[in-house]
Amino acid sequence: MNFEQRQLVVPGTLLAEGKYEAGFNVYRDADKYFASIVGLADLRNDLVSVIPLRGCYLPQPGDIVIGKVIECIPTAWMLDIRSPYQGVLFASEFLSKPLNPMREEARKYLDVGEMVIASVIAFDRTRNPSLSCRDHNLGKIQRGTVIDVDATRVPRIIGKKGSMIGMLKKESNTQIMVGQNGRVWISGKTRDEEAYVAAAVRKIADEAHTSGLTDRIREYLVSNRR
Amino acid sequence: MTTEKLISDDGIRNDGRKLDELRKIKFEIGVLKNTDGSAYVEWGRTKILVGVMGPRESHPKHLAMPDKARIDAFYRMASFSVEEWKSPAPSRRETELSKVIREALGPAVFTEYFPRTSIDIFIEVLQADGSTRCAAISAASLALVDAGIPMRDLVASIAVGKVEGQLVLDVQDKEDKEGESDMPMAYMPSKNAVTLLQMDGQITHDEFLRSIELLKKGCLDVYKMQKEAIEAHFKVNESNTEEA
Repeated sequence: MNFEQRQLVVPGTLLAEGKYEAGFNVYRDADKYFASIVGLADLRNDLVSVIPLRGCYLPQPGDIVIGKVIECIPTAWMLDIRSPYQGVLFASEFLSKPLNPMREEARKYLDVGEMVIASVIAFDRTRNPSLSCRDHNLGKIQRGTVIDVDATRVPRIIGKKGSMIGMLKKESNTQIMVGQNGRVWISGKTRDEEAYVAAAVRKIADEAHTSGLTDRIREYLVSNRR
Repeated sequence: MTTEKLISDDGIRNDGRKLDELRKIKFEIGVLKNTDGSAYVEWGRTKILVGVMGPRESHPKHLAMPDKARIDAFYRMASFSVEEWKSPAPSRRETELSKVIREALGPAVFTEYFPRTSIDIFIEVLQADGSTRCAAISAASLALVDAGIPMRDLVASIAVGKVEGQLVLDVQDKEDKEGESDMPMAYMPSKNAVTLLQMDGQITHDEFLRSIELLKKGCLDVYKMQKEAIEAHFKVNESNTEEA
């Protein structure tokens, strides 16, 4: 092992040599392990990985994402999910009844610019990720605020076993949904309420790798609450 | 043509540097808001701004590759970047440098992680004083890091020239124009791999071998500065307590 736990590394940094396993953002060359991205090096049971500080979102089946409709095609919508690949939401995965493109337009149900909470059902990089809204809490966003944060900060916003997001919901009395793609939906009673929760979420994203963050965010919420 | 000497008798160049001394180099990361990654470099009097967009859907679509991302570089010089006004129309030289830079950075990027997408690197030369391709490649690899694109290594680049019979590191504009030869190299230090090697002018085989040694040493110096720039940028960001 060639680094201290949580040390900042850059692409090409030699992390370890010998009997290890390559985790996320690490590549192997013969018996040497290198970082491939800027981040914090991490070793757990011989698994060398790099916690990214920058990076784009790559869809994984099962992820909940928040997408923005950018195109309506006869029986589907194309969604911007802040990933290199646009999401495809077929009408059959969004509506409860079949959509006949000869009779009605897809735009009637979902128009360009509208936001959707969906889950990724399949993605293998050879085709665009397909999305679905056929589950609880999924579907078109009708109210609230959506903000964008770096996708690499999503685990911190959720926290260990949901500790951070649980605290956010409890202290602010708002509904919050964090998309794995770095979009956060916040719905409260007033715009002001949503705005200060949004500020707290941005604060979490900015200070993601500092210690004692949950307590600081709690203080922040309490001091901003009226 | 002046009769001014470029290298004094005691081996000092006309800008006060030793033969193997680099100019003052300053890298900055994350300077642009509307790109995925960006970097700015001041390399002596050379000033270059680089923005990276992507990986994103490839446009036009027919250029997308089914098994890897397409890397594209757009090298452009501002009209005011050189002493004589440069026509804003794209020149043959700019097109060529775009290709050269694209191919120098390509081997460093894990393009196979993002099939069918494109990664666009926009390079704007604001002020040119020699070695713009080296400065552009070095800064572009930092912009790629800022964009979070997986890479095998950073790419560091520098040039060696032959001026008045002597090999000099980090060629400035005057030495490039009046010297006998110019040889830029791009290098991945931790892989010990050369991704770009060009030369014009004439040198002997022995001089070539000595140039390579000098180039490697120069690239390692640049590499150190690149790493310092990344560490400075991300350390500051992580301890940042201000609101964005």
